[in-house]
Amino acid sequence: MTDMASLMEDRAAAKVISGNLHTPVDWDSPKIARNIKKRYAAERRFKIYGLSAIAIALMALLVLGYSIVSKGYSAFFQTYVQLEIHFDPAEIDPDGTGDPAVIGRANFDSLVKEALRNRFPDVTDRRERRDLYDIVSGGASYDLRERVLDNPSLIGQTRKIWLISGDDFDMLNKGYISADTDEGDRRLNDQEIGWYNALTSDGAVEKQFHTRFFTNGDSREPELAGIWGAAVGSFYTLVVTLLLSFPIGVLAAIYLEEFAPKNRFTTIVEVNINNLAAVPSIVFGLLGLEVYLNVMHLPRSAPVVGGLTLALMTLPTIIIASRAAIKAVPPSIRQAALGLGASPVQTVTHHVLPLAMPGILTGTIIGMAQALGETAPLLMIGMVAFIVDVPGGALDPATVLPVQIYLWADSPERAFVEKTSAAIMVLLGFLILMNGFAVYLRKKFERKW
Amino acid sequence: MAVVTQSAMTAEPSVTSPKMTARDLNLFYSDNQALFDVNLDIVERQVTALIGPSGCGKSTFLRCMNRMNDTIDGVTINGKVTLDDRDIYDKAIDVVQLRARIGMVFQKPNPFPKSIYDNVAYGPRIHGLVNSRDELDEIVMTSLERAGLLKEVKDRLPEPATGLSGGQQQRLCIARAVAVSPEVILMDEPCSALDPIATAKVEELIDELRSNYTIVIVTHSMQQAARVSQRTAFFHLGKLVEVGETDQIFTNPKDERTKGYITGRFG
Amino acid sequence: MSLTFLLLAVAALCALSFYFGRQRAVALSGGRYSNLHSLPAHYGTYTAMWCGIPALLLLLVWYMFQGSIIEAMIVSDLPAEITGDSGRLSLALNSISLIAAGNGEHLSVDPEVVEAGQRLANLQTIANAALVVVMLSTAMIGLALSYRKIAKEMRARNNVERIARYAMIACSGIAILSTVGIVFSLLFEALHFFSKINPIEFLFGLEWSPQTAIRADQVASEGAFGAIPLFVGTLLITLIAMFVAVPVGLFSAIYMGEYASSKFRAFAKPALEILAGVPTVVYGFFAALTVAPFLRDNGAVLGLDVSSESALAAGLVMGVMIIPFVSSLSDDVMSQVPKSLRDGSYGLGATKSETIRHVILPAALPGVVGAVLLAVSRAIGETMIVVMAAGLAANMTVNPLQAVTTVTVQIVTLLVGDQEFDSAKTLSAFALGLVLFLVTLGLNVFALKVVQKYREKYD
Repeated sequence: MTDMASLMEDRAAAKVISGNLHTPVDWDSPKIARNIKKRYAAERRFKIYGLSAIAIALMALLVLGYSIVSKGYSAFFQTYVQLEIHFDPAEIDPDGTGDPAVIGRANFDSLVKEALRNRFPDVTDRRERRDLYDIVSGGASYDLRERVLDNPSLIGQTRKIWLISGDDFDMLNKGYISADTDEGDRRLNDQEIGWYNALTSDGAVEKQFHTRFFTNGDSREPELAGIWGAAVGSFYTLVVTLLLSFPIGVLAAIYLEEFAPKNRFTTIVEVNINNLAAVPSIVFGLLGLEVYLNVMHLPRSAPVVGGLTLALMTLPTIIIASRAAIKAVPPSIRQAALGLGASPVQTVTHHVLPLAMPGILTGTIIGMAQALGETAPLLMIGMVAFIVDVPGGALDPATVLPVQIYLWADSPERAFVEKTSAAIMVLLGFLILMNGFAVYLRKKFERKW
Repeated sequence: MAVVTQSAMTAEPSVTSPKMTARDLNLFYSDNQALFDVNLDIVERQVTALIGPSGCGKSTFLRCMNRMNDTIDGVTINGKVTLDDRDIYDKAIDVVQLRARIGMVFQKPNPFPKSIYDNVAYGPRIHGLVNSRDELDEIVMTSLERAGLLKEVKDRLPEPATGLSGGQQQRLCIARAVAVSPEVILMDEPCSALDPIATAKVEELIDELRSNYTIVIVTHSMQQAARVSQRTAFFHLGKLVEVGETDQIFTNPKDERTKGYITGRFG
Repeated sequence: MSLTFLLLAVAALCALSFYFGRQRAVALSGGRYSNLHSLPAHYGTYTAMWCGIPALLLLLVWYMFQGSIIEAMIVSDLPAEITGDSGRLSLALNSISLIAAGNGEHLSVDPEVVEAGQRLANLQTIANAALVVVMLSTAMIGLALSYRKIAKEMRARNNVERIARYAMIACSGIAILSTVGIVFSLLFEALHFFSKINPIEFLFGLEWSPQTAIRADQVASEGAFGAIPLFVGTLLITLIAMFVAVPVGLFSAIYMGEYASSKFRAFAKPALEILAGVPTVVYGFFAALTVAPFLRDNGAVLGLDVSSESALAAGLVMGVMIIPFVSSLSDDVMSQVPKSLRDGSYGLGATKSETIRHVILPAALPGVVGAVLLAVSRAIGETMIVVMAAGLAANMTVNPLQAVTTVTVQIVTLLVGDQEFDSAKTLSAFALGLVLFLVTLGLNVFALKVVQKYREKYD
């Protein structure tokens, strides 16, 4: 009843006040008009801030993309030089055996050098000759060997053949080295540029699509370096990552979402997952170095160790995405299955999991994309070594695409800049594909309950 | 304009010099029409109650009256709403000023996460209505007083408004609206989130405010409409079915649908 | 026998046991499955599980210990003059493993080492063969035992489900295990480090030069390990990054959430997210080869001496990287501000920007603070951008135009290449890692708590 009393009291109070009014606002007064003008100006300014923030972010993206594409597109083409090669039988197969083993051992390099000497006969000085030989890449002799092994009838003939050029010559042809700068400031001297001009006027210099970039492993010679080795390394690493993190992540998500009782263990697990998601990647690298390499003595630089490390990093992403997907399956479906006498495990495996799978896969692909772009932890476990051979398995020493990019970015040769940018383009291409697929999955299976 | 006269027939014979009017108001949410040719006059210094079953468009209509629907994407409105004979949807009308002249109180109390004082001072501050701290103090005090809240909060003005009870919060929101000296106050089911005692206080307050303000209240409770309003408008399926003196609507409705709703046959 | 082959063999055995188990159940049922407690497939799964799981667990345990046991055996056979000196020992072990792998022809080492190398190769062969035998027989025994247990009334489904549940618990436990692994591996090596270097000197020393001694009175030619310059460098770059990321991210989120048309949002939001998906090594390359030279050249035009590894370049690019992080987190928290608050403000005649500045931002402030803290933690732990674009020299400066180094840069520099696990130089990386882990963990826990509390307020 005290409430009623206070109500009455309030009424009395309100009655008393109602006599005293504010003066009504004159909305047309100049003061208010000025104020409104100011407020709208502030509104416009604020909107411009927002728009410029987005513009800055998008500009950054554009500049980033432009700087990489403009630096990198040229790496997909390689300069070739046409020379007249005499397949000298005395050099290749002096005894005329025709045995591939003999031909394979022959010194094709000297054929190339001879062709260069014949093309520029007035070069006699030893140092100048060395410069002359740099026109053609060391890899050209392997090409010639392949050619002869494929077609032994070439022996004894003289043919005009396109040979892969050296990196400086390639840079000159692509315009990265300018003939106009001071001689001391460029990697090629005037004489070398003279050779280039002579060859160009013969029509003996051209750019061809650079398949080696996609099929070779790493090399000290930029024109011979390719991304295949790193791509295969990335592939093995991701396979190991996926094989570990997907089943573990999904099982953990199912447990936490469907079975876990609310107890201490569950709380600790959840706190841990959230925190692991934010631990700097390099710390995972330290973990990998200490546990996998120092304690378990797994092989250094191997994709299996990289995969083990990245799996721990990817796990929180997969668990969080899977839990969200499982949570999105409405309880009515579980009740329906349980009501028919299915066991909880059957309910999950027959009904909940298939419905949640698109969401789980989307999260997994995004996690894999993160793992594909990850560099720092792999540096810790030695995947940063210079590895020429394409790895044959998950236990062979290997490197991965982002680490290859890091290694090339550190190389002093000008030609590696374009290789780096091109490798970045390839890596980004893979990432776009993976994320695009994830978006497609999400769009296709999106379901509103 | 034949159409106008025809649809105007659904409204009562227009009252003399209404504060606000709606003429042939249609509203669409993308492709769904939510209001159909609504014609309604709001009498100055009276409480007009809008009643009707849920989803009948009464809240939507209320939000047309201070252009709150502008903030929702995909809403198109045609027709006319006037305040003192000026079309509020006219391009020359400044919506910011308009909303200061037509205050609004919402279904759920929504105090800002600021102090009690700052909540009430927010409107006068942004509209530049005061020149000094003293003036502002006075407006805050008077508004709180007018909302019947001053006695309860005068010692805790710097405390966060979220610490008040639900009923107090709603009265604070009314004080906040009153502080910019609006001419019309729109109330969208202001008591639906309150307990009966807080409701009684707010209803009492509405009755007090009537002497200074024109009030339009949406309510789902017919008892409330009967208690606080002088005029009542009944909406059904986006149409204004009937409007008149509250006594007349509740005792002698002209339309069968109104009768059915009031006697509880549907709703 | 290679590991892949071994795993394939076990998988094949599992498939076989599934088949056998199922067949036996079918046979027992006499054609009517309702005679059985569970479905035939459950019996198959039951045998397959007993065949595969013990074998795989065994493999895991085996690999965990094989390396260290064999190493211990090798070391025990080496002469004392090698084992006594840790530097020589690690060198010798290196050669031994090279010889064992068949790559040791070019090494000129003691005959003991060569012998040990051959012994290592032998031991490895024996160990691998033993593993194959033990693993396959475990699988067979599992198969046989579980096969014999199959009976009509056996509750195969319950058994399978119980095992599945244990497997799920074990998988959830991996999260705890990795945290424990991180803490222990960092702590173990860091304590090792602190036994050589005073932690006070490490945490508060002003001189960082792990390579050589610079003062005569320095701890035994081990270099200087005062980490303050690294902390200052890290904070400087983080600060620059935040100067970019917080305003740009916050205003992007505001514009996207409050002003942009849905068409604009549909284009701009994914575009911002691309920024988040770009690998950090790409940002590093961008910072080192595009931004840093740009800043240096323009600085020279203005008469400023900008280092080509300036903190500014790394910080700016890191800021760009973090923009989407800040913007999506602040978008989240701002969209959680209830609509009724906006309505209340609009209803009083406030403009959009007034509503945002006076109502939405104050209401979302705790959430935004949490988001910024998470962003700071990410900036502190970011590695590749600074490794590629920041310097190595530990300059004690807050001038953004000069080169500074960071904690993560030093960890990478110290650990890439050959390591000796008993030198203070290598171990200091783990001490730095421990500091990094603790700081980021603290920031995250705190930030998540703030955000959580904020969420609860509006739920």
